[in-house]
Amino acid sequence: MTAVQVNNGVNVQALLDAREALTNAPEAAQFKWRAECKWVNGTHSSSTVEGFFGLGDEQRHRTTFKFDADHPEVFASEDNGATPVELVLVGLASCLTAGVAAVAQNREIQLKSVTATLEGGMDIAGILGIDSDVRNGFDGINVHFNIDADASQEDIEALVAQSQKRSAVFDIVTNPTNVTVEVN
Amino acid sequence: MTDRRIDTVVVGAGHSGLAMSHTLAARGIDHVILERGEVAHSWRTERWDSLTLLTPNWQSRLPGHAYDGDDPDGFMAVPEVIDFITGYAGTISAPLETATTVTAVSPTGDGYRVKTDQGAWKCRALVLASGACNRPSVPAFSRAVPASVDQFTPMSYRNPDQLAPGGVLVVGASATGLQLAYEIQRSGRQVTLAVGEHVRMPRLYRGRDIQWWMDASGLLDERYDEVDDIVRARNLPSPQLVGTPTRITLDLNALTDIGVRLVGRIAGVNGDRAQLSGSLRNVCNLADLKLGRLLDTFDEWAVDNGIDAEVDPPERPARTRVEDSPPLALGLGSEICSIVWATGYRPDFSWLDLPVMDPRGRFRHDGGVADLPGVYLLGMPFLRRRKSSFIHGAEDDARDLGAHLAGYLDATARVA
Repeated sequence: MTAVQVNNGVNVQALLDAREALTNAPEAAQFKWRAECKWVNGTHSSSTVEGFFGLGDEQRHRTTFKFDADHPEVFASEDNGATPVELVLVGLASCLTAGVAAVAQNREIQLKSVTATLEGGMDIAGILGIDSDVRNGFDGINVHFNIDADASQEDIEALVAQSQKRSAVFDIVTNPTNVTVEVN
Repeated sequence: MTDRRIDTVVVGAGHSGLAMSHTLAARGIDHVILERGEVAHSWRTERWDSLTLLTPNWQSRLPGHAYDGDDPDGFMAVPEVIDFITGYAGTISAPLETATTVTAVSPTGDGYRVKTDQGAWKCRALVLASGACNRPSVPAFSRAVPASVDQFTPMSYRNPDQLAPGGVLVVGASATGLQLAYEIQRSGRQVTLAVGEHVRMPRLYRGRDIQWWMDASGLLDERYDEVDDIVRARNLPSPQLVGTPTRITLDLNALTDIGVRLVGRIAGVNGDRAQLSGSLRNVCNLADLKLGRLLDTFDEWAVDNGIDAEVDPPERPARTRVEDSPPLALGLGSEICSIVWATGYRPDFSWLDLPVMDPRGRFRHDGGVADLPGVYLLGMPFLRRRKSSFIHGAEDDARDLGAHLAGYLDATARVA
């Protein structure tokens, strides 16, 4: 049998090298991620992501990325973009999906297709102030992965489990984080 | 008092220090074992009442010494472990200095000075066998727990009678966490178990003790320089095992069956709330999948070694049951009146004035050989082999490190 080169487009060697290098240089592992958001009108806002800090220096994305957020017409809004809570689902989905690809590459599993479908439940009695016992955020999030890969069902499940274990957004969503908000 | 001189000082008269003593004696190396209390001190003073070994009696062996009772498949309770180790010290006539606490170790020109509360020793080689479990490792946010909640560690916990009536939060899903959750729930208190990453293992697999599989298949002999990620392997929680006469499997499902409530790992304390992670389902999935892979390797090994027909057919335990929406917070002082932190242990090397620690306070060593000439470490998880932290793991490690130590003494003697 000839060895088939697995290619999911992830440079695992670079990640492993970075892990090795950062183990010995913990200060270079300190990153700051940033976003800037400007109000447009009504519930419509426009955010940009451009610079971040890491590896001991200021870094820039290849280009400035722009994200519009709004609320749908059933909220009497103009629907100029996804709702912020949908952007949270996007963050979780893309983080887990990137993790699946990286773990698959590391385990030499060729992916053919990966689709994640997410649903977050929410009782809007919370955000509308109808019932103070109802939390504002999701009451739970369901993620369904549909993965076609050259691997057993158990190996695919293990990919998804390991991806959750190493996911930043999974951690952000499942664990509390101190948030400090200042004005002017 | 002038410093006494000796070739080698061994710190700690537990099973590791004694196994090393046996090896050194066989090589004719002059040595002394310094022990702060009596032989098997931490077994006498720092263990909860119901503890039994995770390994069956047939596995309890030290160099030149093995279990010879009539219950090879049973599990030693703490008094039997004390007898076993103390008996060994007598059998090998170990050169012991008990009730001698080492207070400082510092380098000298050609070796080390070991200061104790009974005078000092100068030695050329030093073996640190003072144990991996000297201090409970408790998260910093435990200090934010309201004073109305009693807090325990496996070192201060003895039995459920110490606990106030009311709910108990056991933190940690290692062997310790599961065993304490089990006995506290059975004492009539409602237990909530906070579950992070864990290692699931059935007591029996295909009719044989899981330790038999680990031993026979060679897994326990796997070396520290053969595994992918030794740091991770060394930090794994102990497998979810308990040693009982009926050889029960104590896993999360067994705890759910008796009414223990499973929640995610504790993420922090905010006022009178313990905040819990929403990752319970994933850590259970990870452990279930990992157990499946372990049992697959045993099945393959059984076929390859022609014993597939001798043992019961392959089986797979049911997946870990997790409720749909486990709680994400617990009321401290209301739902929870006591917390038991079964969150692991750390060794204590605060008395060691030697440049052997990395920036994170971990002992730097290569399979027990410190990067300081003539200094050796013993009895740590996966020190040289997967079995290193077990009683029966001491023999091979002591033999390897004893050989290295003898070589070091010979080489430096020639130079001198």
